[in-house]
Amino acid sequence: MSSITLQNLVKKYDDGFPAVNDISIDIEDGEFIILVGPSGCGKSTLLRMIVGLEDITEGDLLIGGERVNEKAPRERNLAMVFQSYALYPHLTVYENIAFPMRLTKGKFTKEEIDEKVQHAAAMLELTEHLDRKPANLSGGQRQRVAMGRAIVREADAFLFDEPLSNLDAKLRGQMRAEIARLQRELNTTSVYVTHDQTEAMTLGDRVAVLKKGLLQQIASPRELYEQPANLFVAGFIGSPSMNFLPGTVEGNIFSTPLGKIEIPDRAAKAGAGREIVLAGIRPEFFEDASQLSEVQLSKGTTFAAEISHSEWMGNEQYAYVSYETDERVQETLRNLAEEMDADELRTQLVVEVDATSRFRSGDSAELWLDTRRMHLFDPATGENLTRDAEAGAELTREAREDRKRDAERFVSKQS
Amino acid sequence: MASTGKLTGKQRLGWTVLTVVVLIYALFPVAAILATSFKTQADLGSATFLPGNPTWENYEMILFGDAQGLFLTAFRNSIGITLIATFIAVVLATLCAYAIARLNFPGKKIILGTALAVSIFPVISVVTPLFNLWRNIGLYDTWLGLIIPYLSLTLPISIWTLAAFFRQIPWDLEQAAQVDGATQWQAFRRAIVPLAMPGVFTTAIIAFFIAWNDFVYGISLTSTEAARPVPAALAFFNGASQFEEPTGAISAAAIIVTIPVVVLVLLFQRQIVSGLTQGAVKG
Repeated sequence: MSSITLQNLVKKYDDGFPAVNDISIDIEDGEFIILVGPSGCGKSTLLRMIVGLEDITEGDLLIGGERVNEKAPRERNLAMVFQSYALYPHLTVYENIAFPMRLTKGKFTKEEIDEKVQHAAAMLELTEHLDRKPANLSGGQRQRVAMGRAIVREADAFLFDEPLSNLDAKLRGQMRAEIARLQRELNTTSVYVTHDQTEAMTLGDRVAVLKKGLLQQIASPRELYEQPANLFVAGFIGSPSMNFLPGTVEGNIFSTPLGKIEIPDRAAKAGAGREIVLAGIRPEFFEDASQLSEVQLSKGTTFAAEISHSEWMGNEQYAYVSYETDERVQETLRNLAEEMDADELRTQLVVEVDATSRFRSGDSAELWLDTRRMHLFDPATGENLTRDAEAGAELTREAREDRKRDAERFVSKQS
Repeated sequence: MASTGKLTGKQRLGWTVLTVVVLIYALFPVAAILATSFKTQADLGSATFLPGNPTWENYEMILFGDAQGLFLTAFRNSIGITLIATFIAVVLATLCAYAIARLNFPGKKIILGTALAVSIFPVISVVTPLFNLWRNIGLYDTWLGLIIPYLSLTLPISIWTLAAFFRQIPWDLEQAAQVDGATQWQAFRRAIVPLAMPGVFTTAIIAFFIAWNDFVYGISLTSTEAARPVPAALAFFNGASQFEEPTGAISAAAIIVTIPVVVLVLLFQRQIVSGLTQGAVKG
């Protein structure tokens, strides 16, 4: 068990392209860190640099306080679960799990190896499959064998490279819970690469969002969601993603293509004097005004909009409101969509309302907006103008305390 | 083969006829030699296919009789030289092909290209200079003097076949082994070689055939029994008199020489097929 420190890591390929650009992250002992980002953002490269399969061009990598830049993978004592699982097809499940111990000649006796394999197998419910070959196992079982191989190592840290992307949706949910449970039980430092934000939000103590080799923000899932550092993080985290509504701020009035919206002082101050800003509004910040009490209505702003169509999902309802986008932000939004691997320019507001609301296409509806939670972004730099760094840091601090409490609780349960 | 069930009666008839024709075409010479090897000296001139009164005479002659010295030493030479050449070729080709499939180094294409070029060269154009060189440096009429040229025949094809094999083995496996604590050599030996075994087998058998069947080097680079392999030795069989061709004895020897090849193929049939198809089908 160890901390991992990334200091200004850079990976440049022969053509000079920086796949990973000046990334610094402090990973605490026992922490679960997620690296997330669209394809090509350098998250897998970064992971492979940590494990030693990619050379580090610049910067320092410390494991447990010791610089390991030049060490071979086998000397770093890390365990990795590959996307393809990388099970040895010629060996049985038992031998696959025992493989790392077989390599250290003389360090383990036969009985020790057997005990560890049996223990890992029991933990992962693989006991009855120990004599089978990987080719005869299901996807989920193979995944668990790969985990077993990592567990028996007693490695300083676990590294996961998109371990669930080859599984079907149902199994993915199951294995996600499994990985979370194992990580808590073993309390081993873990770094997990994924492009799936559900995995990122549910598993991570902290999530590092990467774009084109650059670290955008590293924070607890709650902080990322509530206090995103910039337009990219705001758009990438959350599903359906955040709406970006262009407009100008004059006093406490925000003029948008949908009409004038009254905003609180904080936002008004941040947006004052700017030619144009983008308001980041999550779908759930909206509500059907006709369903709210006076008290709630007074906390936000109400405005009228024409619903272009709506989708009723049972537990919730999405309504879509079309608007004419502003030419001045079109370029920004197009770039953003491209960066996030999304295809279309969104000139539609996604509004999440209570499932009991009866919105039909063509209706004109009164919508309520919780203006306290919306953010304003600078379309040129993408910077979040209304970010409350302190509130964000508090959220991440809380997550850290939660993790420590979890770990202690588990230790006390064991003893 | 799997689609046999779907063939219509006509198609099946067509395929059967075709198969029989091909089999006859391929196996008739073998059958003729087999028949001849059981004929008596007097019977050789007769125009019948089957021996008039079958005899073990020819086999006795080459195994226990006059030709024993000539044949058995040649047989020993053949087996020894071919096995050594095959072994060296497979070991070298395995390492070379692994490097070609896995590492990025300058000159990789040149190595593959050269290997191909070497195998394109006609043997007959190489043999004369080799003859002179070998005589000068003392390799003429030795085992080593044949093993080296055989390597030049077997290495290129071995490298190409094995490189194709290694390319299919996922990189991840090796990297996983390295992360698991293996050195590069351990990763190669414990994770990659076991997976490449069918390919190595196939390559070894192909290399064995090539060396076993060689005639030109065998006859040109040897002069005595010290290193002469069977295909060359057959040409030196004598009849009872100079007017008598030892056709029967040669036939018997040819049959005996074929036996190891047939045994090899039968033994490793499964590996060869899986090896050859794996290279093509598995993605």
